[in-house]
Amino acid sequence: MLQINNLHATVGDKPILKGLTLSLNAGRSMRLWGPMARGNRRWAMCFPGRPGYEVTEGSVTFTPPPRHPVLDTGLGSSSGARDESQASHQVRGDVDLLSLDPHERAAAGLFLGFQYPVEIPGVSNVQFLREALNAQRKHRGEPPLSGGEFLKLARTQADAMGMDMEMLKRPVNVGFSGGEKKRNEMVQMGIIDPALAILDETDSGLDIDALRVVGDGINRIMRAPHKAVLLITHYQRLLDYVKPDFVHVLDGGRITRTGGPELALELEREGYKELAA
Amino acid sequence: MISSLPTRRDEEWRYAPAEVLAGLKALPEAQQIAVEAGATHPVYKCVSTGAASKVDIQRYQIDIAEGARCEAFFLLTGGGYKRLDIDVTLAEGAHFELGAVGIGRGEEVTEIVTRLRHVAPNATSNQVMRGLAMDHATLTMIGRIDVAKDAQKTDAALGAKGLLLDRTATINAKPELEIYADDVKCAHGCAIGQLDEMALFYAQQRGLPMAEARNLLMQAFVAEAYDAIGDTQWRDHMTGYAESALRGTF
Repeated sequence: MLQINNLHATVGDKPILKGLTLSLNAGRSMRLWGPMARGNRRWAMCFPGRPGYEVTEGSVTFTPPPRHPVLDTGLGSSSGARDESQASHQVRGDVDLLSLDPHERAAAGLFLGFQYPVEIPGVSNVQFLREALNAQRKHRGEPPLSGGEFLKLARTQADAMGMDMEMLKRPVNVGFSGGEKKRNEMVQMGIIDPALAILDETDSGLDIDALRVVGDGINRIMRAPHKAVLLITHYQRLLDYVKPDFVHVLDGGRITRTGGPELALELEREGYKELAA
Repeated sequence: MISSLPTRRDEEWRYAPAEVLAGLKALPEAQQIAVEAGATHPVYKCVSTGAASKVDIQRYQIDIAEGARCEAFFLLTGGGYKRLDIDVTLAEGAHFELGAVGIGRGEEVTEIVTRLRHVAPNATSNQVMRGLAMDHATLTMIGRIDVAKDAQKTDAALGAKGLLLDRTATINAKPELEIYADDVKCAHGCAIGQLDEMALFYAQQRGLPMAEARNLLMQAFVAEAYDAIGDTQWRDHMTGYAESALRGTF
């Protein structure tokens, strides 16, 4: 589903990835593990296309499952976004992810769980998610969800994550605690229903209860034969809830070690230094 | 009141274009609004001059009697030089609520100028100004609050925020407080910034194209000025007008 080939990336003139090669198949969950503050920070932002994160070499090929076809049917481009006309990606099958705009990557089925979910004052969660979801649907040539349909979907997902509907009516992440923000990320993931989720240190700042809720959320939403998850974390604890099929150690901008779930335990026991040696 | 014509030496006019001031024959008469004791008076008004060459100066003289309220909401957009000039006098226990939005693009000049006179005790006021400037537009927000010696327990708040969407646009924001009473609350804040890049990216990652993400954030920014509108129908009207002004379809 995701094929990353010799990816080099920089922020400013600082290299953050130096030849990352990785493939992730549908139905798998994979976990990347790296020591903190060794150039590993925020490299996940390369995939959704955050401005300032420049890929200097390599490729990222994304093959969305049939449920998320990346095709612009040309329907519904009569109104709304002005830049929609440029999105003439008549692509089926493989997508060169790096050639797409951030919103097109999202519509193709990529979801990034933020380590620090952003606060947007004045925009309610409900409005934000409805507009975002309908923009994705429009891009895929699907009909928009009505207000009622959307609220039903939102309620189901909020209930599943134990989030009060009232919180969904509040401005996006404003005044939310760290745990509530992460929970909200999971509610958003449930509503958007992506094919591929890259979760960037989703476990940071969570207490044990929140960790379990978030772990359950990842399993419920993303454990499916046509989906895949890439977890980026420094700790073992989220893996008590979300069992990875593969574990990779990322150090100095490339993968230094690959293994199964046992590698995570080994890392937790031995530390990075031992393994790097 | 100003008897002679204003010049740029007058603080409240210092950002006005010289050619507009030179062309002024007389200031238009101020609209008089007297709110009777205990009454509530709403004002909803959209100011748009239409043509780029036009000048539209709207002046209001508002007197709010004991315990009365005036709730005034404005949108300034489109055309040439627009100025909203409000002079308010608050009696004991009166309240003045202002929500004013200015949206400027092209070469437009937009000014929101208020002067509040807290002359008696226990009066309150809350002013929310939101200015958004694109292209070469200039937008000015000046809020002056005078609190007289007898106006103890005055509670006045003024928040002016500007959003610059292009490097070439200009926003001036200036709160002015003159306080002679010693037991008062006067909160004032000015902030001028850009759209939050992280919020824009977050919205794009969730699926919104750049143009829609920008629009969503701009709408949220201006909507703050209309939060205090109690009449939901009018609130929807005003936010709707502001949205079409943002899209350039007002």
